[in-house]
Amino acid sequence: MLQLLGNLNGPQTIGNGRAFWIGFAVVLALAIAYPLGFDPYDVGNAAYFLIWIFAALGLSLMWGYTGILSFGQMAFFGIAGYGYGVISINLSATGGMTLLALAAAVAVAALFAAVLGYFMIYGRVGGVFFGIVTFATTLALAAFMGQTAGPEWAIGRARFNGYNGMGGMPPLELPWFGEPVLLEGTVLYYSILALLLVVYLGLRWLVNGRFGNVLVAIREDPLRAELLGYDIRKYQLAVFVLGSSLAALSGGLYTAWGQFITPAVMGLPSAAMPIIWVAFSGRADLTATLVGTFVLLLSFQALTVYSQQYALILMGALLLITVLFVPSGFVSGISQWLRRSHGGIRTRESLS
Amino acid sequence: MFAELFSIAFQFADVFAFLILSAAGLAIIFGMMGIINMAHGEFITCGIYVTVIGVQHGLPLPVAQACGALSAGLIGVVLERTIIYRLYDRPLDSILATWGISLIVTQGMLVTLGSSWPGIGTPAGSFEVAPYTFSTYRIALFVAAVVVMIGIYLLFMHTSFGTLARATMQNAQMARALGVRTPRIYAMSFGIGAALAGLCGAMYAPTMTLIPTMGVTFIVEAFVTVVVGGSNVLLGTVPAAAVLSVIRSSLNAWQGQIIGQIGMLIAVILVIRVLPEGVSGWMARRTR
Repeated sequence: MLQLLGNLNGPQTIGNGRAFWIGFAVVLALAIAYPLGFDPYDVGNAAYFLIWIFAALGLSLMWGYTGILSFGQMAFFGIAGYGYGVISINLSATGGMTLLALAAAVAVAALFAAVLGYFMIYGRVGGVFFGIVTFATTLALAAFMGQTAGPEWAIGRARFNGYNGMGGMPPLELPWFGEPVLLEGTVLYYSILALLLVVYLGLRWLVNGRFGNVLVAIREDPLRAELLGYDIRKYQLAVFVLGSSLAALSGGLYTAWGQFITPAVMGLPSAAMPIIWVAFSGRADLTATLVGTFVLLLSFQALTVYSQQYALILMGALLLITVLFVPSGFVSGISQWLRRSHGGIRTRESLS
Repeated sequence: MFAELFSIAFQFADVFAFLILSAAGLAIIFGMMGIINMAHGEFITCGIYVTVIGVQHGLPLPVAQACGALSAGLIGVVLERTIIYRLYDRPLDSILATWGISLIVTQGMLVTLGSSWPGIGTPAGSFEVAPYTFSTYRIALFVAAVVVMIGIYLLFMHTSFGTLARATMQNAQMARALGVRTPRIYAMSFGIGAALAGLCGAMYAPTMTLIPTMGVTFIVEAFVTVVVGGSNVLLGTVPAAAVLSVIRSSLNAWQGQIIGQIGMLIAVILVIRVLPEGVSGWMARRTR
């Protein structure tokens, strides 16, 4: 058991020392304490920020750890969002059925990722082309969903409604003794916080284990990894499906949270957002991605109140500045700087 | 019978022109520098707006279109000299940088120009092959696509710039050692690519309603054509566009535009399973 937990720390993640875990515990305690004394409505909004982080963590795993640059996170987000709508509306889901609908929606998106990934990865499409094809797929899906306005565009009782989007799906409910608990406000916040904790620790465990070492080997030099006897395509496909499923989880949760989804989530500029979060934060580290994404979401929300366009211009500028001046990402850069200035032990090589 | 055949050929030519015009600039930049320009759609938008503004200020359409292409080209050169040249050894980062630029430009245009702008009508009327009528301007678009391809061929195969550019493409270090000023070649190639994007916008300007986000209409087609074509504009983009237009125009006729687009995308994903380096990579391997 202890040995299993040992994989939470390792060379593939920043922050392995006691100081990090103490800080982690403090942040977690603050996150748990946050709903006390706040309006449940605000707490529900805080849950909204946490929802997006799954997609960012998935992208960090694919891009930062394995070197697969996917621009398709929002496509899988959208597929699972619509999937949740179609499944839950048709089943008139309540209670535990809503959670099953969520799981089924994520599974549909994962299947889609597996098919798309198979053709690209086994065709040995890499580098920029991988990005371009996933990007084109995302935009084509957005365009497709955008024209589903007529009554003929429906699956069972669930209508797509074109650009206006699909609504009316039930919110998530937790089966409980006697009566199911509606996941909204504070309950939703705690559920998503717990899920995020599991996913974050699970990914840390994954990347610091044998699997993660192979991923990093593929990122550093695919040919060498292959010559060492690894079938890199299997690993790449597995990571692509896993990373995309995390985006799908975000999409399903988002749709259940707002009981609404539109094709715009898959279009531009939305499709660029996961890339910006992860590039800004530092793609090669899960903790940096988590922290940076949360900060960016929070500031973007604050700015959008004044002007959405200016907020997006700022996001574009942030991406440009990151690429030109801090290619390994701001949060990663800061943590490296902190470590160096404290003369601490360097546990990992910085990305080239 | 003739009318039906003509109609099929016309649909094909229409899609072919769209693919060639929208992909040519992207393909040149990818072929020369190995980077994908995510701001491609914004260069197209630039060509559209300059053309429309020119016409509204009394310029004849062809002159306004030339201005549209030229202004996009100039912006391209400036962008290359300020930002892009730093990223030639990091192709993935160049995608991100140009995506950032694309976001800034699109949203900046929404702020400054507003969400819509009066358009200009399609010129040149229509002609009839009984019982169908066809837009004459669509023929002009097809002619423009053919002219662009011939122009690219002449530029790269029969000018000294073309020789230097091909040398740089083949082995930049060797070309530099022999005295080729590769940074200048790169800047010019980027400018030419941007100008071709601008030309695409200029040519389609009269046929569209103007919104700052309209670049997105072109980029799916442009990207997939380049993906199927590979890194050689002449040997890759043209056959790729031809094959994709057959698929696209028949699906369009059968099920409409959106199914056409999705069908084309599925075809592309199937093709790259077999030809990961695109048509031109496959040809290069066969002739080697």
